[in-house]
Amino acid sequence: MPINELVSTISNLILILFLVGIPVYGALKGVRVYETFVDGAKQGFEIAVDIIPYLVAILVAVGMFRASGAVDIITGMLPSVLLDFGVTSEIIAMALTRPLSGSASLGILGEIVTSQGPDSFQARLGSVILGSTETTLYVVAVYFGAVSITKTKYAVHAGLLADLVGVIASIVVCRLFFG
Amino acid sequence: MLNIIWLFLLVASTVTALMTGNLKNLVNSVPEAAMNAFKLSIGLTGIMALWLGIMKIAEVSGLTNKLSSLIAPIMVRLFPGVPRDHPAIAAMAANMIANMFGLNNAATPLGIKAMKDLDSLNTTKGTATHAMCMFLAINTSSLQLVPFGAIALLAAGGSSDPTIIIFPAIVATSFSTVSAVCFARFMSKLKRFQD
Repeated sequence: MPINELVSTISNLILILFLVGIPVYGALKGVRVYETFVDGAKQGFEIAVDIIPYLVAILVAVGMFRASGAVDIITGMLPSVLLDFGVTSEIIAMALTRPLSGSASLGILGEIVTSQGPDSFQARLGSVILGSTETTLYVVAVYFGAVSITKTKYAVHAGLLADLVGVIASIVVCRLFFG
Repeated sequence: MLNIIWLFLLVASTVTALMTGNLKNLVNSVPEAAMNAFKLSIGLTGIMALWLGIMKIAEVSGLTNKLSSLIAPIMVRLFPGVPRDHPAIAAMAANMIANMFGLNNAATPLGIKAMKDLDSLNTTKGTATHAMCMFLAINTSSLQLVPFGAIALLAAGGSSDPTIIIFPAIVATSFSTVSAVCFARFMSKLKRFQD
């Protein structure tokens, strides 16, 4: 079995272990699993509604930023020395978009794969960056939104710093492996 | 921080759009994004309810406590403000496992559950606790070991070896996670963030 399939099979088995294993364990312990499930699940809608204002705030701002073309302008201002490391403007655009939008950064990676080829350094670097960074603002909006927190202390700094470290580490690691 | 980022995104995009003549695009994006945010939130309801129900069974059956005591030695070091038998420990652990394996549909509801549990320990509602910041730092640093989305793209593009990126991605994501944890720990010691 190719690694790709093996890894995804393991992931799916873990999901099933959570989803089926927990109720089976509960039943063995004498828990009335159906009633307990329904009781816990009731909060689902309330939480979803709580998140709406936070997500509207973040997604509207992020959507405007993307539509304005500001990412292209920032990309153009970055030093050309990055090019020597194989870091093209598409890679920079993807890295800048990543904390803002998961689907948009995946879209940029798709363009890189098409234009540079799926086995190119750029395509691999983009993939590694995607795997080592996160859609920080989305996660912050959803997680803090669920508990109505607006004073986020240093959580956003930490997330953005992690994205920056992820990008730099990706460039270094890809130079070592694929350079 | 969110105040600054939010205002920056709004003002910077307006200034840029005025300069580049993208104003129409900019304005059109607004209702679309607002609608999208609503759909995403409401779309969470089903999967959220599912995992809240499953986690309730885990709690009532005592599984949460068992899991907590198993991983408490690590978690107590990461989250010193959380008692070792608190349900937040198990919810955070479940979220991290789901994240590592790229199970986003499970990770988000479990993470929200963990935040609810952490908030029950919060004495200053509306303000994040150190444990919440650490949990967010870990989550936003990307825990996913195998980037399925990227591998699928490479494979679809006809790559001869799409999984070649797995190992480099694990190395890079370890750096980002470790730096996020160290940073959050450092910040939690600063005077200005003491309650």
